[in-house]
Amino acid sequence: MTETRTTAAAPPPLAARVARAPRARHFVSRLLTVIGLALLVVFFGVPLAWLATAPFDSAPTLAVAWPDWTLSNFAAIGENRYAIGSFVNSAIIGFGTCVVVLVLGAFASYALSRVRIPGRDGLLYALLLLSSIVTGTAAMVPTFQLVNMLGLIDTHLAVVLVVSGGTLPTVIFILKDFMDSIPRSYEESARLYGARPWQILRDVVVPIARPGLAFVAVWTLVQVWGNFLVPYLLIRRTQQQPAAVLMYTFYTESGQADLRLLSAFALIFSIPIIVMYFLVNRRYGFRFHGGIKS
Amino acid sequence: MAGLGRFGAGAFVAPALALIGLFLVFPALWTIYLGMTDYRLTGLQAVDPSFVGLDNYEQILGDPAFWRSLRLTLVFVLASGIVGQSLLGFAIAWALRRLTGWLKSVVETLVLAAWVIPASVASFLWIALLDRRGGTLNEILGTQGTAWLIEHPMAMIIIFNIWVGTAFSMLLFSSALASVPPSQLESARMAGASGWQQLRDVVIPNIRGHILTNTLLITLWTFNTFTPYLVTAGGPNGASEILAVYIYNTAIPGGQLGVGAAISLIMLLINLVIALGYLRVGRARAARPAEATAAETAGGAATS
Repeated sequence: MTETRTTAAAPPPLAARVARAPRARHFVSRLLTVIGLALLVVFFGVPLAWLATAPFDSAPTLAVAWPDWTLSNFAAIGENRYAIGSFVNSAIIGFGTCVVVLVLGAFASYALSRVRIPGRDGLLYALLLLSSIVTGTAAMVPTFQLVNMLGLIDTHLAVVLVVSGGTLPTVIFILKDFMDSIPRSYEESARLYGARPWQILRDVVVPIARPGLAFVAVWTLVQVWGNFLVPYLLIRRTQQQPAAVLMYTFYTESGQADLRLLSAFALIFSIPIIVMYFLVNRRYGFRFHGGIKS
Repeated sequence: MAGLGRFGAGAFVAPALALIGLFLVFPALWTIYLGMTDYRLTGLQAVDPSFVGLDNYEQILGDPAFWRSLRLTLVFVLASGIVGQSLLGFAIAWALRRLTGWLKSVVETLVLAAWVIPASVASFLWIALLDRRGGTLNEILGTQGTAWLIEHPMAMIIIFNIWVGTAFSMLLFSSALASVPPSQLESARMAGASGWQQLRDVVIPNIRGHILTNTLLITLWTFNTFTPYLVTAGGPNGASEILAVYIYNTAIPGGQLGVGAAISLIMLLINLVIALGYLRVGRARAARPAEATAAETAGGAATS
């Protein structure tokens, strides 16, 4: 109060006022930023901390605590009947989807990139729109029923096909971009030597488009590896389940959860996706950030 | 044309289209029919379902559980998506915009890590954090014995979803803020505008398109996420049963495939409305392509 009155009675020179006020304001805003960032680190870091400590603790609890270091928890994965098998299942589903999506996506995007069909762009956008509307969640009932009628319940093939169908529009869209940027002259000369279209694709286009294909492969793997709903819906037999579903089974169906197994399993399960993500992130930057995970 | 005639091109595109047709287009259309039958998972109607017309819709619209689920979904999308993720994502991007060094990398890495780890792992991390007896949260707050997931299930899945999804908004807004012309900010500062005034008068008008895109994508994704199921399974007693979980619980454990299909169609229609909104915005912004690229690529990712 007194300060205000003195200021009012004898205003200091303009320059001094301007200089002082921003400095105070700057300090306060700096302080608030630091406090805010600290709270953020706590909010995002505390739940994650368990994943970093519990797998290495000889007696892990649910709480985050400094571990009593050991690596023996990872042996628990080998002792579980289903754990290693579930990683194999995840790998089969992941690579299976990659192969289907890459092969079909490469053929389709190459053709769409090279041939002018009326309504091509409309088709691409319609497919893209459709794939964002018909999500796994919204279409779970008809998808389940379709797979049921095809007799594919409890098979990896079912998950591969359903996920491929859902991701192909995006894959074709991304790959077409890469295909468009490949100069046509290479193909022209290959054609002069009598190469068939599929030979041109295999021997000329694919080697040049390799970065694009690699990106799509990683993108697809990231999509499939963590996908819970589709395999949860379509695979009921524990032996067939991928890690995403088995992880959930570990903490819901076994009564008292075995935290040694759970923590080690969770870490091993998460590492590939974190590594792949940061790899792509470093190489491609934000242009694909949103696309990498939905 | 690389020797690829129309016929050859058709042969190249056909396998992909067939797969998309069978596993993406067909289920969407089939829902319309399934939703008008009394299909069940087991029993007589599983073998020989009959056509019941609009009975399922009559049942759903008269069911208070459906309306509660719709209301919870609305709260969930508003609080965790539109308000939570967008505002927090923007705030982080704003706070980090001029920062460099380790603090920035730590914050970014943590936010991103929460986003990329598999959903079933993230869910367990939160179940452990919120556990009644041994959870870290109760230890930090000294509130031993508070069962967060039973006493405040909606609040918890909202906070959980903010934790999981904020990374996208953070990334989108970081790139948006980088596109604001520094000269405009500089002249605002020269004119004595405070941080808040710069934000309101320079930054927000410049990134309006990004805000719209972000809001629509987040709405679509939050509306379609199934991950809260892994934390609360819709419980206790349906208190956190958002629409995605409601469909699952009705159709699979509940065995009522026909009714589930009918709700699915309602969900598909809501998705269509959101996506058409996105498309309109996208077209309006097509005139300014540089601004659009990042988000458009992301827009194609709302699969599975």
